[in-house]
Amino acid sequence: MSKVQDYNSRLSDPASRKMGTFSYLPPMDDAQIRKQVEWIVKHGWNPAIEHTEPEYAMSNFWYMWKLPMFGETDVDVILAELKACHEANPDNHVRLIGYNNFSQSQGANMVVYRGTPV
Amino acid sequence: MSAKKYDAGVKEYRSTYWEPDYKVKDSDVLAVFKVIPQPGVDREEAAAAVAAESSTGTWTTVWTDLLTDLDYYKGRAYAIEDVPGSDDAFYAFIAYPMDLFEEGSVVNVFTSIVGNVFGFKAVRSLRLEDVRFPLWFVMTCFGPPHGIQVERDKLDKYGRPMLGCTIKPKLGLSAKNYGRAVYECLRGGLDFTKDDENVNSQPFMRWRDRFDFCQEAIEKAEIETGERKGHYMNVTAPTMEEVYKRAEYAKEIGTPIIMSDYLTLGWAAHNSLSKWCRDNGLLLHVHRAMHAVMDRNPNHGINFRVLTKLLRLLGGDHLHSGTVVGKLEGDREATLGWIDLMRDRYIKEDRSRGIFFDQDWGGMPGLFPVASGGIHVWHMPALVSIFGNDSVLQFGGGTLGHPWGNAAGAAANRVALEACVQARNEGREIEKEGKDILIAAAQHSPELKIAMETWKEIKFEFDTVDKLDTQHR
Repeated sequence: MSKVQDYNSRLSDPASRKMGTFSYLPPMDDAQIRKQVEWIVKHGWNPAIEHTEPEYAMSNFWYMWKLPMFGETDVDVILAELKACHEANPDNHVRLIGYNNFSQSQGANMVVYRGTPV
Repeated sequence: MSAKKYDAGVKEYRSTYWEPDYKVKDSDVLAVFKVIPQPGVDREEAAAAVAAESSTGTWTTVWTDLLTDLDYYKGRAYAIEDVPGSDDAFYAFIAYPMDLFEEGSVVNVFTSIVGNVFGFKAVRSLRLEDVRFPLWFVMTCFGPPHGIQVERDKLDKYGRPMLGCTIKPKLGLSAKNYGRAVYECLRGGLDFTKDDENVNSQPFMRWRDRFDFCQEAIEKAEIETGERKGHYMNVTAPTMEEVYKRAEYAKEIGTPIIMSDYLTLGWAAHNSLSKWCRDNGLLLHVHRAMHAVMDRNPNHGINFRVLTKLLRLLGGDHLHSGTVVGKLEGDREATLGWIDLMRDRYIKEDRSRGIFFDQDWGGMPGLFPVASGGIHVWHMPALVSIFGNDSVLQFGGGTLGHPWGNAAGAAANRVALEACVQARNEGREIEKEGKDILIAAAQHSPELKIAMETWKEIKFEFDTVDKLDTQHR
């Protein structure tokens, strides 16, 4: 039994809250974020950015950062918007979405900047 | 029927039901059967007999035939092909006119085309390999209660396959102990847990107790992880009154998804439940217990791709598809064929995947294929590669068998899944580089590291019985 490790997740510990795809991995660095943006652009999906206070992350509707970037294929432009949203909302979760308008769903959705747990 | 009459009947069949020049219509239901005739019965006769016996024909001419115009109702054998790798068997292609069928009734179509003919003496064995449903028929059926896109929105899960786990031991746990197992899986990072197919309402765990404890597990895990969770509450029951009672209760306590076994429950009953699910906003997970009775024998029965199409028409948001890599039967190319049939809007004929006809689903939503049975973290790269995002990957023993328990097992699977998805998105070849991807991911997940050590050597490398028909089988 001494070899068994406890699973450290608690209602009382805000750090236990997850936030969807890739939230069980370490936060992405800039190079990793770039590759995910490239994945979205490669599929022809429309990039979009949303953010929220971590305590309201369960809501379907996070705040849109401006409007979805319809037709935007310049990876640097998308990365700059992500950074701008993060800098304007440093304590919030910031997520990157790839809207697939063929399936009317989101082909990608991932938190790229994690907010401060509360 | 006597031998003499049978011979006479075969002549009759060919003259009426074999039409090699027939041009198929867009409105026809098309079927392809693999036929092994009795010795002495030639292919055209056997094919015509199958067409006749699965539509309007009987063994002899009757005077009442002349009161109608059978051209509007009879099936026609219109083509015959060799089966690769077999000397005995051939494919018979049969077209059935639209007037033969009741709109929106899968039950009626199958009562007709696989009704009596499978016991017909002139053929030694018979297998329904594929059916093309015309668009008019598809759009008169009900289809998935919600479909892939709606389910993703309801559960707020995007850009990756979803993860599940069937609770084990499948029979014998008390409701509270069962709920404990559910809670541990969900807090560890799974999206779903699942009742097994034969968990209904036995004396050791009645359905209402199970639903109550599992719902508490869902709700607590949701608050704890901040993610949406579900447990497929199995409402399969002896009567429809009882099915509805359990479904109503599941709705009342606010659970997001229920499940049924469409083959043992019955197709009409399943169709009713599927309608109920759309009306009441519950997702429907569909298990396929009993399928191998029909689909495993390569020469007799109904291919699973037909049972797949049938379920999409009857309605379901998830359907078990086989894993390719796990403990249960499943040829890779054939499985890729029927997971396309579950998800896509239009599927082109592709013999390399066992698909004989173009199939147009019109506006009918697609559903999630579910890979379940004998899979663990080492299979993850192959599973993500085979199934893609729109799938549910279910690790039963591969979660519950983790040396540190269900939560750790769930976390190991979730980390492995996300690592594979991330690597795939980065453009890496995850089946080739799978080992490196998992080893790197395990550096920040002790749960994954132990899981990888535990299941390092477990493989299920038995040959598949139901393979696609090829020259070198």
